[in-house]
Amino acid sequence: MTESALLRATALTKTVSTFEHSLTIVNDIHLAIAKGETVAIVGASGSGKTTLLGLLAGLDRPSSGEVYWGEEALSAKDEDQLAAGRAQRIGFIFQSFQLLPALTALENVALPLELSGARDANARASEWLTKVGLGGRVNHMPRQLSGGEQQRVAIARAFVTSPELVFADEPTGNLDSKTGADVVNLMFDLNAQAGTTLVLVTHDLQLAARCARTIKLADGRVC
Amino acid sequence: MLRLAWRNLKREIFHGEARVLLIALTLAVASVGSVGLFADRVRQGLSQQANVLLGADVLISGDRPLPETFAAEAKKRGLAITNSVRLGSMVSKPNAGAASSPTLTDVKSVSAGYPLRGNIRVSTPEGGEKPIVGQPSAGEVWVDERLAQRLGVKAGEAVQVGASALKVALVFKEEPEVAGSFLTMSPKLLLNEADLAGTQLVQPGTRASWRVHVAGKGSEAYESWAKAALGAGQRLDTVRELRPEVKSTLERAEQFLAMAALLAVILSAVAVALAIRSYLKRELDNAALMRCLGASRAKVWTLFAAQALMLGTCGAILGLLGAYLGQFALAWAMQYLGSLPLPWPGIAPALRAVAVGFVLIFGFALPPLLALANVSPLKVLRRDLGTGTAWGWLSAALAFAALIGLAAWQAGNIKVGTTVLGGALGLLVVSGVVSAGLIALLGRALGSMSPVMRLGLSNLRRRKWSTGLQLACLSLGVMSLFLLTQVSSDLFDAWRKAMPADAPNRFVINLFPDQRAEASKIIAEGTGKTPDLFPMVRARLTAINGTAVNADTYTETRAKRLVDREFNLSMGEKLLAGNTVIDGTWHGTSTVLDQLSLEEGIAAALKTKLGDTLTFDFGGASRTLKITSVRKVEWDSFRVNFFAVTPLKTLDEYPATYITSIRAPKDAQAFTSKLAAQIPNALMIDVGEIVDKVQEIVGQVARALQFVMLFSLAAGLLVLYAAVATTQDERRYDTAVLRVLGAAREQVRKAAMVEFALLGALAGGLGALGATLTGWAIARRVLDVPYAWSASSWVIGVIGAMLGVLIAGWLGMRKSLDASPLQTIRSIS
Repeated sequence: MTESALLRATALTKTVSTFEHSLTIVNDIHLAIAKGETVAIVGASGSGKTTLLGLLAGLDRPSSGEVYWGEEALSAKDEDQLAAGRAQRIGFIFQSFQLLPALTALENVALPLELSGARDANARASEWLTKVGLGGRVNHMPRQLSGGEQQRVAIARAFVTSPELVFADEPTGNLDSKTGADVVNLMFDLNAQAGTTLVLVTHDLQLAARCARTIKLADGRVC
Repeated sequence: MLRLAWRNLKREIFHGEARVLLIALTLAVASVGSVGLFADRVRQGLSQQANVLLGADVLISGDRPLPETFAAEAKKRGLAITNSVRLGSMVSKPNAGAASSPTLTDVKSVSAGYPLRGNIRVSTPEGGEKPIVGQPSAGEVWVDERLAQRLGVKAGEAVQVGASALKVALVFKEEPEVAGSFLTMSPKLLLNEADLAGTQLVQPGTRASWRVHVAGKGSEAYESWAKAALGAGQRLDTVRELRPEVKSTLERAEQFLAMAALLAVILSAVAVALAIRSYLKRELDNAALMRCLGASRAKVWTLFAAQALMLGTCGAILGLLGAYLGQFALAWAMQYLGSLPLPWPGIAPALRAVAVGFVLIFGFALPPLLALANVSPLKVLRRDLGTGTAWGWLSAALAFAALIGLAAWQAGNIKVGTTVLGGALGLLVVSGVVSAGLIALLGRALGSMSPVMRLGLSNLRRRKWSTGLQLACLSLGVMSLFLLTQVSSDLFDAWRKAMPADAPNRFVINLFPDQRAEASKIIAEGTGKTPDLFPMVRARLTAINGTAVNADTYTETRAKRLVDREFNLSMGEKLLAGNTVIDGTWHGTSTVLDQLSLEEGIAAALKTKLGDTLTFDFGGASRTLKITSVRKVEWDSFRVNFFAVTPLKTLDEYPATYITSIRAPKDAQAFTSKLAAQIPNALMIDVGEIVDKVQEIVGQVARALQFVMLFSLAAGLLVLYAAVATTQDERRYDTAVLRVLGAAREQVRKAAMVEFALLGALAGGLGALGATLTGWAIARRVLDVPYAWSASSWVIGVIGAMLGVLIAGWLGMRKSLDASPLQTIRSIS
């Protein structure tokens, strides 16, 4: 599995310095995730889940160790190469939705396509908004949408570029349980249809159980 | 990417922080533009009024016929031109015998259009005067009252001018060209240019002056062009160079306008700086998300650069619109207050205002916006992350440089610029110290206060950086508003008071030594005051420190003229009122004769200093005088003043005429007629009327400038709003948390009001302090008038700022008090 892994980390460590001492948030983590796999990273608050997600997604640099997207080591890439990699291969779903408040639902979904210069951005975005059940709300601004609807927009945005890999950070954290469940169903359905690899960070064990594999973190280590 | 930038910006203008930034930019362009455009119109109007003394805006003269290029260039620029030839000649009454002796006359042939500025005036039977239009027709001449009186001619009779006998068609009182040196002492005669050849007065070698008079919009640019094009024996005159008292009055008026424009720039810059802070907070999140979604740094950079450019363009367009409307309002207010005709403004002030808008955007907004390209994409997961770069200091330095550059450019006057900017910077330092002191003091005093007071004041302490920034910006806003309104009108009053009500308004010149007693008697009878008569001896400067000088020695026009022309020297023991010795010692009653006191401007123009010697040619006799003192002269006192003064007796051996300045009596006509009849060679120059006019206009300008306050008030309120808005998110969050913890709305509101009131009162006090000190510095350094400290400025400053901050603060937090606390916490976190 390691050779054909879509995402791989070796001896991944992240240490931050404070005034008094240094703190190791992610400590010597080895993992490999295969194409099409669904993986949940779970752990208590402060266990290092979000930091690990940031490292795996190329949003942050490790103190030591390496992350590979396929065969490409992230340490060899500069910031812009990482950004280009994210644009082509990765989708994100965040706890706080992270929609641009000045753009409509359609424009938010079309944004990653526009950033990569796609010509049919609006058509594709509109298609994905229909898929997430918001075909009638394309021109709504984020503040005119409910939390669940905003997260649906974010899901459409994550999948619109047909990424190989989707990272979801506590996707139901800001939603009530009913809306959360609907959003999770939608996310897993779309993921299955697209054959995307999903890496989900959560402290919700029920949600984690929907994934094929669970990686448990405690004090920055896999346990 | 451009489409995305525009879409983003458009939405943020309608819904977000970009709106405050756009308003700040618009106000910057509008206030700088309207003040600039208005100032340009007033400056042109004032110059035109003053140019009446010259009869033109620019006068080019030469000792030979001038090349066609001067007139052609003026025509090309759409300026009005007219030509004249001026020479001295004996004019007589034909067949008059001994009853009428030929008289040396200032003969001027004029062409259509003369004079371009002002009017030729004739006496009316009622004792007044009225302007007349036109020029003498061919075969006719117009003579002034003095010539008519000396020759004993009336309208309809003939006079002999050179080889021609020409009919006197009109006897005039005054013609506009009275500026210039006091050389024009002879009576005047105007003839049509078609008759000049017939008089045969112009022969090879004749000493005559061929002139082109130029006037119209754009004459300043023409002046620069013509100065460069002047050849040997050619000269260019403007009224400023000819009449120091007019120059001084105009300069003071311009200093007021420069101060107003500069303060508009400072206020706008503060508003932009504050608005950009809030705007950046939002854009930081957007940039992080875009980076997370895969945008390269170059793309984010392009996006924000395009957004800044678009924002600058929108601000420039809207601001320009505001500027034109604003200057119309100001001009309307001027017309309402007085009667100065205001020419249409030039394009330069509008371009300058647009440039100010872009400098503000590029100096204040662009560097931090571009630094956003370096934001860590990890910020989408961890909101507490900053940009992670050191752009803060860099952009602050750039913004500061932009502000200094703008101020220097806008002030157009180094003294005004450095004084106002120095005041502003001093205030920033003081407000920093005060806010640090306040925070330290609050730390100790909080324990003994009521809970509401404690809550409010601890807010100031907790947000110490924001408190410092708010206090600095607010006090700068208050200072600018006060300088513009209160202090500028105080300064103007001080300037007016410095000018005595009975300031002389006429010069009587060309009195011969043996006429002194008679002239004193007539003047004393007419004005009720015995005049001081000052000797005036004419000489030509030939050498400095033994080295011969001529016009070619100098590049500066003024120095060229001084060397080219005859100097008027005087003698005296007493230092005249309004004169201050700034270097050396006044000669007083010294018996060392060959010494000289020079006026500072002349000393500088000639590049001379204390101890240098000047050699003069007094009609063939050479005399060397040593500079023993340099004086500063208050030209706008309108008293008689001299560039060069020697001890008594030094120049006794040379022919002298006498000069005095008087305040004309109410019945000026009878007085003038009597003086002209008794002392026909005396010449009276009326400078009072024009200077009164200029002063009156400056008064109107000062009042009209209060209308600029509307823009400044708007900019000031925006500063206030933007300053309060910088802490709005924190404040909303704090309010929500307090409400969740059970604080009553009233309690939270009162606590905030305590905070705003203290902030406002401090800013008001600091602003008033800054305005008073800067006003004092301007009074002393720039205008040279006494400045009276006004307690009302302080009271109004403190109360006004306190109320202003309270209102802006309350408006800003009203929403957060009404909103559901949970919703607020969610939306912010």
